Amino acid sequence: MFSAPIALAAIGETVAQKSGVLNIGLEGAMLCGAFFAMLVSQVTGSPWLGLAAGGAAGLALTLFQGWFTVLLAADQVVVGTAANLFALGLTSSLFRMRYGQSGQLLSVPKLPVFDGLDGVLLFMLISVGVVWFLLMRTAWGLALRASGEHPESVEAAGFSVLKLRMQGLAFSGLYGGLGGAYLAVGITGSFAENMTAGRGFVAIAMVTFGRWNPFLALGAALLVGYADSLQFTLQARNIALPHQLFIASPYLVALLVLVFAGKGTLVPRALGTAYVKER
Amino acid sequence: MNRRRMLQALVTAVGLLIILILTLTAFGLPVMDSLKLIYQGAFGDKFALSRTAVKSTPLLLAGLGMVVAWRGGMYNIGGEGQFIVGGLFGGIVAKLLMAGPSLPPVLGISFILVGSVIGGALWASLSAVLYIKRGVEVVISTILLNFVAIQLLSWAVEGPLQQAKHQLPQTDELPGSLMLWRPNAQLDFHAGVLLAPLVAIAMYVLLYKTVLGFRIRLVGANSRAARASRVEPRTTQFQALAISGALCGLAGGVEYTGMAGLLGTDFSQGWGFMAIPVALLGGLHPVGTIFSALFFGAVFAGSENLGRFTTSGSTLLYVIQAAAVFALVGFRALNARSPMPATPEAA
Repeated sequence: MFSAPIALAAIGETVAQKSGVLNIGLEGAMLCGAFFAMLVSQVTGSPWLGLAAGGAAGLALTLFQGWFTVLLAADQVVVGTAANLFALGLTSSLFRMRYGQSGQLLSVPKLPVFDGLDGVLLFMLISVGVVWFLLMRTAWGLALRASGEHPESVEAAGFSVLKLRMQGLAFSGLYGGLGGAYLAVGITGSFAENMTAGRGFVAIAMVTFGRWNPFLALGAALLVGYADSLQFTLQARNIALPHQLFIASPYLVALLVLVFAGKGTLVPRALGTAYVKER
Repeated sequence: MNRRRMLQALVTAVGLLIILILTLTAFGLPVMDSLKLIYQGAFGDKFALSRTAVKSTPLLLAGLGMVVAWRGGMYNIGGEGQFIVGGLFGGIVAKLLMAGPSLPPVLGISFILVGSVIGGALWASLSAVLYIKRGVEVVISTILLNFVAIQLLSWAVEGPLQQAKHQLPQTDELPGSLMLWRPNAQLDFHAGVLLAPLVAIAMYVLLYKTVLGFRIRLVGANSRAARASRVEPRTTQFQALAISGALCGLAGGVEYTGMAGLLGTDFSQGWGFMAIPVALLGGLHPVGTIFSALFFGAVFAGSENLGRFTTSGSTLLYVIQAAAVFALVGFRALNARSPMPATPEAA
């Protein structure tokens, strides 16, 4: 339940952070992905088109952000926070205008499932390997990773740091949007205001915990999903704990892993700093 | 210098109006009618003015919290959680007060507000400790703690703090003697509205007239230079974040004793999130933040009025706030090529 959207978003965010951009707006990309996936599925009746729309929406928001953070060298946290707020306001306002103030119960066609595995999950598993290969075994990946470590030398080698970082961001937007879209049309078959509820932030934490490695990020996301699913197991055994503890558990787990894993030495050195070309 | 400030303020004000109009247009709302509804809802009569004032108050208090933290290079995105825990601690104090012998009202309210300040400061300090001891990014930990705070409150009002009747997930209502003073019983206008600008002035003095404030700004601007001048960045960062949390907690306490009167699961309406654009648009300066809190408070009150007549409503405020931040950031970047805030080593 919790795992797949977070895992997708975390895979994308890994690429962005490797290129040196901290995409705090991941949550917003997921939320836009969820809303537009629901909207397009509802209008066209096809969850697959919805999924594509969700990915596109996440991509669009993130590239807009990139215009500020990468091309204009604005502060990444400021812009990312604004993007989250924008996504929350946009999706909530459109939702209310279209479906009424209260937000009636809404149901859209869900993705078909084969033996518990649907197309998105399959895509996710393939993506992890592909992204890892792109990052670690191609010249493009090397340049992208270098622009997160030492952008000056990338520029000196004839690559464009700004271009690489925009590409890195594009990954996080697309995968974030897909993650949100999957939440809407793959898992719940519905939408609610602010339905991503911090999953984007949990995904960012998982990137750190996964040591900027897509495989480990996937594993980390599964861990959070496990923590989330514990509530059903424990409830079934009649173990009386406040249900709020379970709702809070993914965030607590994310926080705890950061506390115990620390930041380590693998953090991209230029992460979060803007690159301004020398003139 | 002063003339430049005036010009900046004017450009910002005109820019904000343009953004408001563009947002309304983008959502397909009739612009003139909507502006009229917003104006009436914000300034139309004494009820509207009072609503604007009480909406601006938590925005200003929490916004000041953001100013102090961000000036110190600590990206506190956890205003929401600190606001909630502030309210929660206020609620605990109130419960104790209501059980004990009655105190003079001023003393009782003061205890509640002090409780809120401590609650907010503690919640923010958690993030500060995690950053200093374990290198956990403040951005991430403050955000994650928001969600934890929401569940903590939700648990408390179903458990230990629940009303005596045990029917609804909320606390008992505060007796009138523990609510902030209201000059006119018809209006929401409460003493917290007067308190907030005083706190703003206090924060101006703190940031620009004291050693601690100088250290906070120094560490935020350049923590290496600070270390070279024998200012330990970590101590200062801790102080900045704790003060920030204290202010957000105070915002929660004032909302509790001024407006809500009780705590429920819907206690915070995103005040802590909205405080961030308020502080940024206020130029991360306490005095500028007064004006930007007033503006957004007015838009908040106005868009609620708009919501009574159209299908949209207060969620538009988020869009307007975000658009304003984008515009500000873009404008500054294009203009001076100096992205704000200039904190290359921020957490």
